[in-house]
Amino acid sequence: MTHRGSILIVDDEEIVRESLLHWFEEDNYDVVSAETAELALKKYQERKFDLILADMKMPGMSGLELLSKIKEINDGALVIIITAFASVPTAIQALKDGAFDYITKPVDPDELSHLVEKAFHQIKLKTENSQLKSSYDEMIRPDNLVGESAHMKKVFSLIQTVAPTNTTVMIRGESGTGKELVARAIHINSTRKYFPIVTVNCGALAESILESELFGHEKGAFTGAHYRRKGKFEMADSGTIFLDEIGNVSPKTQSELLRVVDTKQFTRLGGNDVIKSDFRIITATNENLEERVKEGVFREDLYYRLNVFTIFLPPLRERPDDIPSLAFYFLKKFTNAMNKKIHEISPEAIAFMQNYSWPGNIRELENAIERAVVICKESSVNIKDLPISQNQFSVASTDDKSLAALERRYIAAMLIENNWNISKCAELLAIDRVTLYNKINKYNLRKPE
Amino acid sequence: MNSPINIAPLGISNSEVVALIRASLEEKFSVPAKVIDLPIDLEIVKSVERGQYYSTKLIAQAIKLTSEYEGKVLLLVDVDIYIPIFTFLFGEAQLNGKHSIVSLCRLHEEFYTGKTDNNLFYARTMKEVFHELGHNFGLLHCEEWDCVMHSSSAIEEVDIKGAYFCKNCLKEVINYKV
Repeated sequence: MTHRGSILIVDDEEIVRESLLHWFEEDNYDVVSAETAELALKKYQERKFDLILADMKMPGMSGLELLSKIKEINDGALVIIITAFASVPTAIQALKDGAFDYITKPVDPDELSHLVEKAFHQIKLKTENSQLKSSYDEMIRPDNLVGESAHMKKVFSLIQTVAPTNTTVMIRGESGTGKELVARAIHINSTRKYFPIVTVNCGALAESILESELFGHEKGAFTGAHYRRKGKFEMADSGTIFLDEIGNVSPKTQSELLRVVDTKQFTRLGGNDVIKSDFRIITATNENLEERVKEGVFREDLYYRLNVFTIFLPPLRERPDDIPSLAFYFLKKFTNAMNKKIHEISPEAIAFMQNYSWPGNIRELENAIERAVVICKESSVNIKDLPISQNQFSVASTDDKSLAALERRYIAAMLIENNWNISKCAELLAIDRVTLYNKINKYNLRKPE
Repeated sequence: MNSPINIAPLGISNSEVVALIRASLEEKFSVPAKVIDLPIDLEIVKSVERGQYYSTKLIAQAIKLTSEYEGKVLLLVDVDIYIPIFTFLFGEAQLNGKHSIVSLCRLHEEFYTGKTDNNLFYARTMKEVFHELGHNFGLLHCEEWDCVMHSSSAIEEVDIKGAYFCKNCLKEVINYKV
C-alpha cells in the first residue's frame, strides 16, 4: 500500500518518539524518528521528508535552531514545533521562523490529526499547483512551431538563447511564416510567462486608433471615449507586448513609441498621470526596414532600439524538409476537429507539396491541408485533394537552381500529378514518349510503389 | 482467523457491556470469546498529576501475564487512559500483535453532555473494540469514512464512522493467520 506521506519525528524522549511513530504508522504514514536535532538534520539532508515534527527543547540543538537549518536547505519545508510550554512568545517565534504551526504537549489527538491533515493538504495543493503550472506551459506552447530543418533548428536555438533575457527582439520573415508563434515561444520560455503577452497588429489600425490601443485613453479623451480604457502597454505590465507589422506605423506613433521604449512610461490619451509599465517588446515585420529607414519612412533611432536581437524566419519554400512534418501536424489537427478518419498523406502528395513554392508560407499550407481534409473521401490525402496546381510549380524550392535540377523537379511533379501516365505527360510536356523515358532515366526518377 | 479472543475487564462495574462485547465478537468473528481475570492493579499506572492511567504500561503488564493464552487479549477499563504525548486515548493496540486496550470512560455520553444514552454507549464501545482488534489483525487506519478502522480522535468521529469493517478491511481480517 502506498504511504500517505513521510514524517520525521524529532524528540529526545523515547516514549514520545515511539508513541508518535506508532500513531502515524497506524495512519499509514512513512515515519522515521531521530533523538536529536543534529541527527534529524543529517536524516533530512539525506531525504526530504514531507513533514517534520520537532520538539522545541532538546539537549544540543533546539527545535527552533533545527527549524532554521532545515529552512536553509528547503525553504518550503513544513515543520510543526511541539512545545511543552504553551507560551505566546515561543509560538510567535516559531511561526516567525517559518514553522507551519506549533502544538503543545500533551497533544490533543484530534488537534494533531487535523494539523497533520492540514499540512498534507497544503503539500497536495503545492504539488497540484506545480503540476498545473507545467501543464499550463504545455498547453500554451505553440506546438505548430514545427520543423526539423537546419533553418528551423537555428531559429529554435535563437529562441532558447534570447527568451530568458529581457532583450528586445525583432522577428523578420515573409507573411505566414509564423512570426507570432515565435513571439509566443519567446514569451512562454521567459520569466514573464505567467503574465500576459499582448498582441497589437500595428498594420491593421489607423494612426489615431493605434495610439488609443497602445496607450489607452481617459473618459472623454475623444468623441466616443465613454469610459477610461487601459492601453496595451499597460495590459502588458510584467509581461510581453508583441507589435506585429511594426514597419507600417506612422511617423507620429513612431516618435511616441520611441519615448515609451526608452522610459517605459506613458500617459493615456486625454490624461495627465504618468503610467509606468514593465514590459518586454517583441516586434515583427515583413518589410525591408533598412530600406524604409533610408527612405526616411521609418525612424532610424527607433529601428536601432527595436532591432537589438533579430530572428529571421525562412520562407517555407526554403525548407521543403519541414513540409511533411507540418503537413502531418495540420492533418491531425483538422481530422480531429472534423472527426474524419484520414490518417495518411500519399507520398505523391508530399512530393508535390515539397515542389510547390508556397507564397503564403505555413498559413497557405495550413489552409491547403484544411481544404484537403474537407474534400478528401478516402483514408489518405492525395494530390487531387490539394488546392494547388502544377502551374504554381516552384523554381526556388531547393538550393540547386540549375536548369537541369529545375527540369527534373518539373518532370517529377508532372509525372506525380498524372499518376505516371507517360503518354499524357509527354503530351503535356510537348515531347515524345521516348524523350520522356530518356529524361526519366537520366534524372533517375522512379514511380512510387 | 480462528484463535479465541480473551476479554479481560479491569475494574469494570458494568457486566452487561462485557457480555455484549463477548456475544458480538463471537457473532462477528465466529471465534470463541471468553472473559478472563487478570490480576492487574490499575493504581500502579495512575498519573496523579493527570488523573489518568498509562495504557502502554497496562498492556505491558498484560503481556507478562498472558504468555500462555492463545489468540488475542483485549483489556477493558472504565478509567481514562493516556500516553505521555497525548491528552487521552480511546484505546491502544499492538499493530499486528496480541494485546489491545479500550477505555469506556470517554465513550459514555455523560462525559460530554451529562445525559445517559446506553444505546449510543454500546454502539461506541463496539466500534472501538473492533477498531483496536483490527489493529491486532494488522489493519492500519482506513480512508473509508464508513469503516470502523477509520481514524477517530474525537467522539464525533467515532459516531460518524461505520460500525463494522469495510469490504477490504474485512477481507484482511478474514484472511488473518494465527
